[in-house]
Amino acid sequence: MSEARTDPEPKASSPLLVLDGITRSFPVAGGGRFIAVNAVSLTVHAGEIVALVGESGSGKSTLGRIALGLLAPDAGTVTFDGDCLTGMPADRFRIVRTGMQPIFQDPTASLNPRRTVRELLVQALWTYRGDLEARCIRLLEDVGLRPAIRFLDRYSHELSGGQRQRVSIARSLAMEPKLIIADEPLSGADVSIRGQILNLMLDIQRSRDVAYLMITHDISIARAFADRVAVMMKGELVEVGPAQDVLRTPTHAYTRRLVAAVPELGRLD
Amino acid sequence: MTSLDCPERDRPSNERPVLLETQGLRVDYRSRNGSLTAVQDTSIRVQEGESVALVGESGSGKSTVARALLGLLPPRIARIEAGRILLAGTDVTGYGPAQWEAVRGHPVAMVFQDPLSYLNPVMRVGRQIAESVERHDRNAGSVATRVAELLDLVRLPASAVRAWPHELSGGMRQRVLLAIALGCRPRLLIADEPTTALDVTTQAEILALLRELREQLGMAMLLISHDLGVVWEECERVYVMFRSRIVESGATRTVFARPAHAYTAGLIKAAKAARNSEGRFETIEGEYSTTTD
Repeated sequence: MSEARTDPEPKASSPLLVLDGITRSFPVAGGGRFIAVNAVSLTVHAGEIVALVGESGSGKSTLGRIALGLLAPDAGTVTFDGDCLTGMPADRFRIVRTGMQPIFQDPTASLNPRRTVRELLVQALWTYRGDLEARCIRLLEDVGLRPAIRFLDRYSHELSGGQRQRVSIARSLAMEPKLIIADEPLSGADVSIRGQILNLMLDIQRSRDVAYLMITHDISIARAFADRVAVMMKGELVEVGPAQDVLRTPTHAYTRRLVAAVPELGRLD
Repeated sequence: MTSLDCPERDRPSNERPVLLETQGLRVDYRSRNGSLTAVQDTSIRVQEGESVALVGESGSGKSTVARALLGLLPPRIARIEAGRILLAGTDVTGYGPAQWEAVRGHPVAMVFQDPLSYLNPVMRVGRQIAESVERHDRNAGSVATRVAELLDLVRLPASAVRAWPHELSGGMRQRVLLAIALGCRPRLLIADEPTTALDVTTQAEILALLRELREQLGMAMLLISHDLGVVWEECERVYVMFRSRIVESGATRTVFARPAHAYTAGLIKAAKAARNSEGRFETIEGEYSTTTD
């Protein structure tokens, strides 16, 4: 089914992240293995926004963790910006990986509560050789926390949910990445915050030309935010293509079911 | 199923009996640093057979209203400072724990976002449903028959009787919670974000089930939700809550098509997750923003 859709890849830009034949399984209590990701190949090009959608257990987060090098694949390779990360020595990996940064679902959990915003940013700037203070201020301004000086000495519990997610985005920008892998960055956020964070992510994409791999269960957001959409079901990639095509005229039965299940406010128009 | 099917359900909506009503409700939470008004001037009503939504973002007060309606506010911390709560015409505002025990489940029952925390992990599913039947429905005849009937009603296999909660998927657990609620033969079901933790395909199944049950049993529903898409598809009327107050109410079609309040208008735009002509996502700014950003 998925082969029915030809996936025209953007010609102007080069492949940035290439996941090739990724397979990963986990042992199951009582014997046997659960195949979380099965022979998945997916490419994210420079400056492109790809949404990886699927339901819980589809393997989308496992694939994201493999891309980030947080989990090793059983088979397949991860190539980032021309370097094959699979089997790369740890010290070299650490440097190459700075070009690819995560944003996690829950900023409250991913920001150390015992560090100030300044400390959190300095920590992320571990290879930066320059004026750290000025760099921190610049980063906070870039994510819309102005005046930055007011936020530097705050702890994460002194920030609103939206501000916390902005700090975690500032952290991921610290190393000037080419790719940001965002795993459900909006799932805890109210709709009023959601738009602000999405607009910020678009601004960052334009001003810094970063690419996004956004892992999400939210079809509406994938449709509006991404250039291309990849749909996963039970560890397999069932459909990939331009966001508008995949989510308006899905070819795979599962994608159709997924799209049909979303309660639509759009019919108001 | 039956004895409680209401004869009035075919009457025009404004003549149906009122199952639930709050009048000028105000709830404060107290802490060492003073008190916070979570809900104020809140008057809502749900009539027999209606499907009504209470929508709002986090912190709006919608869940506090839901808890107050069934006497589930945390004692000593939360207090009803003003207003009244009426269940099927009876003023329950000043009820103590024992009195609440007697009314909970019938005429009003509730299901929650996270079924696992309301299910007993060391008791089989069938027993938990049976307890609900035994407490509220002594005339049901054989308890086992009624449990089987309830499982069938929520489309769970008969074998689920012997299952433990942890063996079930999130959607199946929500069905168990529904069976327990239906065991009390409620005339109104309060559903507090019942599908928020579920995948969209499972959400669609649970919403369809709720719709069928409402029709089959003539049961009314008060849906507490942040999801405007779900509200649009499931509810005839809607109350919009913002910062502890109801800012707008009316028929869902009317309110969503022509919102009278700026907050509602912003919320609906933002909820569509579509980009505007400048390629931006809609946000709620200024006075009606829930954030301090």
